[in-house]
Amino acid sequence: MAFQLPALKYDYKALEPYIDAMTMDIHYNKHHGGYTNNLNAAIEGTSLTALPIEEILKDVSKLSPAVRNNGGGYYNHNLFWEIMSPNGGGRPQGELLNLIEKFFGSFNEFKEKFSNAAATRFGSGWAWLVWSDGSLKVFSTPNQDNPLMDVAEIKGIPILGLDVWEHAYYLKYQNRRPEYIQNFWNVIDWKAVESKLQMAISKL
Amino acid sequence: MKHELPKLPYAMNAVSQAISERTIEFHYGKHHQAYVNNLNSLIPGTPFENATLEQIILEAEGPIFNNGAQVWNHTFYFETFSPLPKQQPEGEFMWLLVETFGSFDEFKSKFSTAAATLFGSGWAWLVVDTNGKLAITQESNAGNPLRKGQKPLLTCDVWEHAYYLDYQNRRPEYIQAFWSIIDWSIIEKRFLAAK
Ligand SMILES: [Fe+2]
Ligand SMILES: [Fe+2]
Repeated sequence: MAFQLPALKYDYKALEPYIDAMTMDIHYNKHHGGYTNNLNAAIEGTSLTALPIEEILKDVSKLSPAVRNNGGGYYNHNLFWEIMSPNGGGRPQGELLNLIEKFFGSFNEFKEKFSNAAATRFGSGWAWLVWSDGSLKVFSTPNQDNPLMDVAEIKGIPILGLDVWEHAYYLKYQNRRPEYIQNFWNVIDWKAVESKLQMAISKL
Repeated sequence: MKHELPKLPYAMNAVSQAISERTIEFHYGKHHQAYVNNLNSLIPGTPFENATLEQIILEAEGPIFNNGAQVWNHTFYFETFSPLPKQQPEGEFMWLLVETFGSFDEFKSKFSTAAATLFGSGWAWLVVDTNGKLAITQESNAGNPLRKGQKPLLTCDVWEHAYYLDYQNRRPEYIQAFWSIIDWSIIEKRFLAAK
């Protein structure tokens, strides 16, 4: 069965003023929609169509660049929309906060580390918070790579991701990527991140 | 050595049939300028303190390479635009383009494909390769053909910042418009110098 562009759980202007409606519209329909269509075209007629996206990405080094790029683009944007909300922001709670404090010292130190990973990724890519080998880690990947891929420098299950392709922020922030990163903290849905953490822990 | 942002050889709104004044303001005024500033703040106390951009491109790694190569790449890119461009090459260079790619249109079409299909941020190039032949190549991020011993003649910036304000996700439209402001007299001069 072909992969579907998942419905957004909020409308295009819901994340304003931090992410503008025009960016949401183009990012979701054109970019994410494009990855979805290109992924389906790249795997059409192969046995990959029977696999969940996570399984495809696991062995991506053996597959074509089209599967790596579009499969990554498909998965990464699914996650990105899920971990944002118009009611987002604030701080994580419960076990997520405990683990963040355990592995990064404090929420603020984590924030700084994650923001720095996002700001220093040269070119296009993503910053990640990952459940990896029993700990939380922060790092970034180029282009549409992600921590599920066998090509990733750190492997694990991503629970928070920030798109730092210029298309994610250029209409509103132009060259000011740090301002976009700063504003991202206002729309993070920490409940969604927590539930991704719980799923990641139960899988490993 | 303090690196400087070279002056643009035309007004910010001069090529607005293809690239808006606003895009040039950010691309040249912010991005290109930032690469210059970053480079100047990175090199003091390193072996590259007095190096030329070409030396940096050949030898540096990491942020010094990235910023140095981006300074060079953007200068090389902005230099080729003109509000009244020579629309197509002639002479020996044209002859070689036709011999290598079939026709001028074929060349443009192959170069456009290279620019359109580069995944992520980067540059499409026309180069004289190490065998002295014309070739179309792609480089990711700050990549530069000098690093591979090739001689660059023409480049198209396909970082999203180069076209997003004007064309958003429609990169092929930007590439199409790019051809209308390329001054082939500049590429011909580069070819003669590369020979
Ligand atoms: Fe994106
Ligand atoms: Fe650029």
